[in-house]
Amino acid sequence: MRNWLFLAVVMAFLAQFAWAGDQANSRTPKPVIEIANPGKCVAPPEEMRRNHMEMLKHQRDRTLRQGIRGEPVTLNGCIDCHASKKTGSVLGAHESGKGGNFCESCHAYAAVKLDCFECHQPKAKFKAAGVMPGVKP
Amino acid sequence: MSEQNNPRRAFIAAAGAGVAGLGFTAIAPGLHLMAVAQAADATTNSPAARKAGEAASSAVRWGLLVDATKCAPGCTKCVEACHTENGITEKMPDARQNSQWIRKIELVDRRNGRKTELPMMCQHCANPPCVDVCPTGASMKRADGIVLVDRHSCIGCRYCMMACPYKARSFVHAPLTEQNPEVPRGKGCVESCTLCAHRVDKGQNPACVEKCPEGAMIFGDLMDPNSAISKRIASVPTTQVRSDLRLDVGVRYQGI
Repeated sequence: MRNWLFLAVVMAFLAQFAWAGDQANSRTPKPVIEIANPGKCVAPPEEMRRNHMEMLKHQRDRTLRQGIRGEPVTLNGCIDCHASKKTGSVLGAHESGKGGNFCESCHAYAAVKLDCFECHQPKAKFKAAGVMPGVKP
Repeated sequence: MSEQNNPRRAFIAAAGAGVAGLGFTAIAPGLHLMAVAQAADATTNSPAARKAGEAASSAVRWGLLVDATKCAPGCTKCVEACHTENGITEKMPDARQNSQWIRKIELVDRRNGRKTELPMMCQHCANPPCVDVCPTGASMKRADGIVLVDRHSCIGCRYCMMACPYKARSFVHAPLTEQNPEVPRGKGCVESCTLCAHRVDKGQNPACVEKCPEGAMIFGDLMDPNSAISKRIASVPTTQVRSDLRLDVGVRYQGI
């Protein structure tokens, strides 16, 4: 029993070192994620990192197909809070020159294609202008 | 039998409307019938906003009545309003490829030359052919009668464009960047008039109705006999375009 306890303490001690080394001394570059309003999110960061795509997927179906509005999780809600203060967008290069803005930083790092913004507006508070009808190009 | 002619629905709507101020009516001691929650607000003549978390209800059917006798020749304010509201900015090299959610058309009576102008858009059919033919289920009708495209599952095959008798749908040919945050739209998908679903859900009228300088368009609930649109349809002759197809459209015309 005493041996087991000792082993557990040693392992916890080593794990702490491994975690610290992972954060600071790793040779692998990590994505630069800037959170403009920490603590204001709909869920803790660990949950958001793993599940944001599932949350948005279920919400989008409820909103579009059933017409449910005012859900706690919305893509526009994410964009309004996380858009870069400089460019107003969640896409594009970060002003520090390292990595991209909120969505792009992780997606570029993990090489996961960001399809949302093929259709959705990546800029917060964007005002659509439209074009006069009958205008010939 | 069309949905509006269902006597049971008429009873429910009438029972609800009778005590709109109270919100419910007693049908027996201790037993109450809730009023139709989404009925139009009689004072402002705009739809009531739906509460957060509440789904669109089939107790409501949104419709539009266009008075073609009031529609001014050459006026395109409704088209401009639609383009501004929905962020339609693209100008394709071939103008036929531009998105067209609403267009002005001119009818000419060949015998006497009488001209009538009217806006034509998705007619929001109760039995939409676009929904019938869609191979992925992307083309869909919401419970409140608004016909939409779910771009998340649209593969851009354009069957719905061929099936629509009103030429109401367009295909997006080029990448877009100027979308309204509330109206996502993008390359490779088919799209059409949404009756401004994002505005209607907030309790506003569609952009074309709001911006028509002649007041030629009325938006409202076709199921509610006390809405302005239902009262007008009950009192003047109105037309469903291509009524021979029995699609039971939600957009009606007066004076054509």
